[in-house]
Amino acid sequence: MKKISAAASDKKIIAFNAVNKWYSPHFQALKNINADIVKGEVVVLCGPSGSGKSTLIRTVNRLEEIQNGTIEFDGQDIHAPKLDVNKFRSHIGFVFQSFNLFPHLSVAENIMLAPINVLGKSRPKARQRAVELLERVGLAAKADAYPGQLSGGQQQRVAIARALAMDPPAMLFDEPTSALDPEMVGEVLQVMKSLAREGMTMMCVTHEMNFAREVADTVWFMDAGRLIEKDTPDNFFNRPQSERAQKFLSDLRSH
Amino acid sequence: MQDIFIILRDNWALLLVGQYPNGPLGGLAITLLLSILGLVFAFPLGVILALARVSPIRWLRVPAMTVIYVVRGVPLIMFIFWTYFFLPALTGQTVSGFTTMVVTLVIYQAAYLAEVVRAGIEGLPHGQTEASRALGLSYMQTTLKVVLPQALYNMVPAMVSQFVSTIKETSLGYVISVNELTFAANQVNNTLLTQPFQVFIILAGIYFLLCFSLTQLARYLEQRIAGKRTGLQTLSRRMQPVE
Repeated sequence: MKKISAAASDKKIIAFNAVNKWYSPHFQALKNINADIVKGEVVVLCGPSGSGKSTLIRTVNRLEEIQNGTIEFDGQDIHAPKLDVNKFRSHIGFVFQSFNLFPHLSVAENIMLAPINVLGKSRPKARQRAVELLERVGLAAKADAYPGQLSGGQQQRVAIARALAMDPPAMLFDEPTSALDPEMVGEVLQVMKSLAREGMTMMCVTHEMNFAREVADTVWFMDAGRLIEKDTPDNFFNRPQSERAQKFLSDLRSH
Repeated sequence: MQDIFIILRDNWALLLVGQYPNGPLGGLAITLLLSILGLVFAFPLGVILALARVSPIRWLRVPAMTVIYVVRGVPLIMFIFWTYFFLPALTGQTVSGFTTMVVTLVIYQAAYLAEVVRAGIEGLPHGQTEASRALGLSYMQTTLKVVLPQALYNMVPAMVSQFVSTIKETSLGYVISVNELTFAANQVNNTLLTQPFQVFIILAGIYFLLCFSLTQLARYLEQRIAGKRTGLQTLSRRMQPVE
């Protein structure tokens, strides 16, 4: 493991160093990814489907393993053998495309589960925090509802609140609006925008290009497992460098 | 038809409770007792077997799979004979037919329940485990707080069905002279001698009523479970409400 300098570590939150991943000997999902995310940065990952965006974001909290290279989170090699995976994961919020709320628990209990069982918070404290977070995502009235009684957009907002309950220094979003009906996309993006404004470090795979334009500090463009562009939204959308990105953007516009 | 009522009138106590209170408990009471004890002990064992069976740890998985495959691959009556002849040899004590039957049913049902529970665990969307692990919960916490509550709840109807087969399987206790319902019916038949048809119609009727009502209960529970979480996409497909 390569230890990064102290000066850099209070800026860099996530660092990919020559990351490679194979799903099989014939299929390399990630090819030599080198990139950093600094504190407070909002990165939007885009690219055609199958380009490795979701795989990349899932490697950050070890939902996917990598075969070589290193990924550092807050200066710590996350694939180090000694790492306490559970503790490490509790520091990163992850929001899934399919929400993955626990259907047997009420909305509040969904949010309280990890603070109680991982952080050892008391029930009343965890409950209080859950209600605060629900207010923040505009669902205070739904604390005692079950996930099955909520719309997709509401479920995803609860999922965001659930991730926030662990007070993570960074949040990962894996296509958070792709499973939603169009009229519910806005409410979820709204919550994500307010998080970004509050300075949350975010890495987000999305097809919502308007969100990328408005909120992202950096857009990463991936194709066939490679990270081929890394630029400001203004440069990426108006002056894409690679032919692949130019084609991707023109395909988007042609709809 | 009238014969049936006469037989019932004369023998209802024997069929229900055997010679009790003047002799040992028997009949339907023993059948139910066997089934309930079988389920009560088989349930935790089945859950443990299922957890071992889906465990990533090889030395837990392989023995559990072996037990499940062997038990499911052998007829119950063989199992009863094994327990009947080997348990006393092993423990050096005489073991009653009732105990033999409970032990056999527990092992046998545990293997089947393990597969029911496994189906429940594997029927859950993978995202449930992922979400729990992503929050920092450990494998065991995820199993206890997220996976099992859903898997077991979803499998309640299947477990009631398993209970129904246990009830029917207790009738095999007859071969080692456990005085359960079938044994009692045979006693009645032996005293009457001339009316086997009527006696065994009664026996069939009792089993049918019992099992049919439990099957209905399973159906009711299934609907209730589906209804309680209407519209949940994340439940296993099997449990989706029918619209």
